Parts: sequence; C-alpha cells; structure tokens
Amino acid sequence: MRHVFLDHQSTTPVLPEVFEAMRPYFTEVFGNPSSLHQHGLRVRDAIAKARSQFATLINAESVDDILFVSGGTEAVNLAVKGVAYANQRKGNHIVVSETEHPAVLSSVEFLEKHGFTTSKVKVNPVGWSDPADVRAAITEKTTLICVHYANHDIGTIQSIQEIGKIATEKGIPFFVDAVASAGWLPIDVQTMGISLLSLTPHRFYGPKGVGVLYRNRRARLVGVQHGGVQEGGRRAGTENVPAIIGGGLAAEIAMREMPTRIAHTAMLQKRLWEGLKKTIPYIKLNGPEPGPQRISTNLNLSTEFIEGEGQLLLCDMNGIAVASGSSCVSKSLKISHVLAAIGLDHALAQGNIIMTLGKDNTEEEVDYVVESFQKIVQKLRGMSPMWDEFEKGIIDSVIKPTGRGKSFSEHAAAVSGKAAH
Amino acid sequence: MSDTYTLYNSTVMDHFMNPRNMGDLKDADGIGEVGAAACGDIMKISLKIKDGKIEDARFKTFGCGSAIASSSMATELIKGRTVEEAMSFSNQEVVSALGGLPPVKIHCSVLAEEALKAALEDYQKKHPLLHTASRTPQLQPMAV
Repeated sequence: MRHVFLDHQSTTPVLPEVFEAMRPYFTEVFGNPSSLHQHGLRVRDAIAKARSQFATLINAESVDDILFVSGGTEAVNLAVKGVAYANQRKGNHIVVSETEHPAVLSSVEFLEKHGFTTSKVKVNPVGWSDPADVRAAITEKTTLICVHYANHDIGTIQSIQEIGKIATEKGIPFFVDAVASAGWLPIDVQTMGISLLSLTPHRFYGPKGVGVLYRNRRARLVGVQHGGVQEGGRRAGTENVPAIIGGGLAAEIAMREMPTRIAHTAMLQKRLWEGLKKTIPYIKLNGPEPGPQRISTNLNLSTEFIEGEGQLLLCDMNGIAVASGSSCVSKSLKISHVLAAIGLDHALAQGNIIMTLGKDNTEEEVDYVVESFQKIVQKLRGMSPMWDEFEKGIIDSVIKPTGRGKSFSEHAAAVSGKAAH
Repeated sequence: MSDTYTLYNSTVMDHFMNPRNMGDLKDADGIGEVGAAACGDIMKISLKIKDGKIEDARFKTFGCGSAIASSSMATELIKGRTVEEAMSFSNQEVVSALGGLPPVKIHCSVLAEEALKAALEDYQKKHPLLHTASRTPQLQPMAV
C-alpha cells in the first residue's frame, strides 16, 4: 500500500543529517552543559552554536534571547505565565486571540483562576483577528498581548507586524506563538515588533522534545519551573542536548531551504484543493483561500453530510495520514474551538478533515489523495442518513443551499431532542 | 510500516470497514432516527417485523467509526429476536459483541440502543393493537 503523510502539522520526520548530528551527543559527547570539566564545556559550546542557529532563523538581536525548553507547549506556558507573573504589579490583564492553540488558551485560563483577567479578540469568518480589535481590547492593566502567527488548525496568517506596532507603541510585551509556522514562514522578531515567540523544531524536520522561547531583554519574565540555574535562571532542568543540537541544525536548514519549501507546498496545496473541489460536491475550505493569507502547508476541509473520524479512519486504511477537528476525534467530544470561533456550522465542523503538506510530498501523491478521498466520501455518504435525506429534500446543504428542507442543525436537534453544541 | 495499527480493535474495525445491514428497508414496519446531543452523530435503524419477530434490520449512520460499527453490530444482534426481547436490548450487548469500545465511545453504543428502541416505538405506534401486553416502562403508553 502507498503511504502519504499529510499530517505535517502534528510532526515531521527528522532529517537524516540532523539525526547524524545528534547521534554523538547520546553516547560519546554525553556531558552535562552545567559541568565545568571538558565534557560539560564541550557540550556548552555545541549548545551555543544551536542557540545562534535558532537566533538566525528568527533574526533575534542576541543569542541570549533564545531559551531552550522541552517543547512548544512549555515555551508557551513559560511565555504566558512568566510574563504575567513578572508584571503582576503593573497589571493583571491579558489580550488573547480566541483561536490560539490550547497551550495558550489553557495557560490563560489557569491565570484567570489566579486573579488575572482576559479579553479574547474575535476572529472573522476566515479566522483573522483585526489589529484594530486587538488595540481596542487593551486596557491600562494589560501586561501581555498573545496572537499566534499562523493558525494550527485553519492556517490563517495573522497581521503580526501591525499588532507588533500597536504593542510597541503601548509598551506592552507581545507574545507570538509560532509553533505552527516557524520554519515555514519568514520571521523577523525585530521588524515585527515581537517580544516573545515560541517554536519547536519537530515541525520543520528536527527532533521532538525541545522547544524554543525567544524573549527579548526588554520583556520581563520569571521562570515557572524551579530548580537549577540553566538558561539564565529562567528554565531549570538539564538541557535535552541531542535535541537542541539537532534542532539547531534543522533551523539552519529550514532557513536555507525555506523559499523552496514554501514554493513546493504552495503548489501542492493549490493542486490538492483544486482536485478535491473538482471531484467532490459539497466540500468547503475553512480559512482563507490558498495565497498570502494562508500558510502554504495547510488545508482544512469540511465534507458535508459525513463525519470526520470516519473519513480519517478510511484515509488511514488507504495509507493516507490526516487529522480532524471533529467532535468524534476529540477526547472532550467537542469540535475544534477554532472552527467554533469562525462560526462554522456544527454539521460542517463534524465533517472536518485537516491535511497538512510537507517538503517531501509529491504531485503524484496529491493526485492519489484526490482519487482516494473522493471514493472515501462516496462510501461514507452512502452510509449516511443525512446524504439520503438531503437527496430527498428533507434537509438542506449548508455549503450550497437548495432552499429545500430544514437545516441539518434543526434536524439534528429534532432527533436528539437537544441542539448539538 | 509492515504492521497495521488500528484505533479500534479488529471486530470494531471490521464492522466499520465492512458494515453489515447498511441501508434502508423500503417497506419498513418501524423506523427510528436518533441523534446524540453529546457529539452530533445521527443514527437511523429500519426494521421489518413479522408475527412479532424482527425479520430484517438496516442502519444508516452519520458518525464516527465506532458509531458505524455499533449500528452494524446492533442490527446483527437483533435480527431474529421478538419485539418483546428487543425491547430489553441494551447497549452493553453491543459493547461486548464488539469486544469493547474506548470509554469515550460508549455513547455510540447507547445511540444504537436508542435508534433501535425508537424504531420499535415507531412500529408500535403504527401497530397499536398488536402490542397491548408487554411494554417496557420507559416507553410512552399507547392510546387505546
């Protein structure tokens, strides 16, 4: 069977040269960078190199602005909680976009239980936050603004530079979660007015188990994990040395290959969406059309009258790895909060599939996916009472209304005795 | 990858990939369509009943793999049962016949039970005189 990996938003394979670069740091060069002897000093030098590789990727002013942590989630937790607690005397208010990754939203919810308040900035139907709304949400007590770069779910690119200007003007630290975009979008923390930024190399062919928090020296930050004085006292714990070394190299390669990777995935993204749109009726792209408003790797689709987990399973049985934001896929039985935020109809959110491209996908693979996905949709529609009832005119399509029948949501509420959330 | 790993056990996957009794019954004696408020799934079960016995059953499901497998298994289990027997059908039967479901997916089997019971209610509504005796308490009493 063919295998097509279309879930690069979850993770990517480690590049062979990155793996080779990591290898000695497990066995021969095993020292702890905090040690003062040869073993430690040698590793310390290697980590310094990785720090500068990451600094180059995002154009940080200084290598000292790069903090190594255990992953994207920890980088986000440190940014949000670390800045909030460091500025507690100044204020207790955080401005956050409502389509942030759960790492951001859950960190903010935690702070809300500890005396902080939040304003959530709404997004438009393609998931974009208006910088004017960010400005309007700022109060005298605001000590942190959090807006991600590209959305992890629907690929929308936010107007970071404009928000950065507002943050600079108001003198408020601006945290950008770039876990879903680093390595795939050019980032310049200086011209974009970013004070803190999170990323992880496992999204761009580096290893898992390491994350980076960029923090410029003007943004006050306290550590949230306590112990030793690694990372300038802001992140206690022995460094994951092999992952840091590998991640640094992956960052260097991503920097070099970024234009090629973007052009390649953008071409495939267009081909895939055009192919699906042409062969499958009642399919919708969530988020902006492929182009400058959308990251080149992401397609977020809603296939009407069928549910997402079934599509995911049948894709998997055909060798195609995809993700879904359907409630059936989540452990909480809730649709993706991003799909809810863009106001997507519940029935369409149920039929959600997320395909994320990588540098190694090919046109041939994309064509295979289009061909297989069409069959999968057909099979599931054949099993769906909704498709049947749509064809009979009992319920209507949300994507392309015919004017016949009631809405899916009305129908679902009638048969379940309760509206789906 | 040489091995295939699956989200559900092999019985559930089999019923999802090769569902039994999928479709509609044209001259169904009872049809039940129910939705799960929790997740938004919808299940429809059609029954053909003769002499108080379920002769045939079909399902259609808008839902995840385990919802499709649960409705497939439920229709398999109830074929050949009397209406009276079917009234005491429990989702637990579906769960054990499928060899277990993940805890978060148990509600899919409940939906199958509800769809079946809705189909039986529909049958009884359409054939009130045939069923005056045994009725499970949770059902609405018929007008006599």
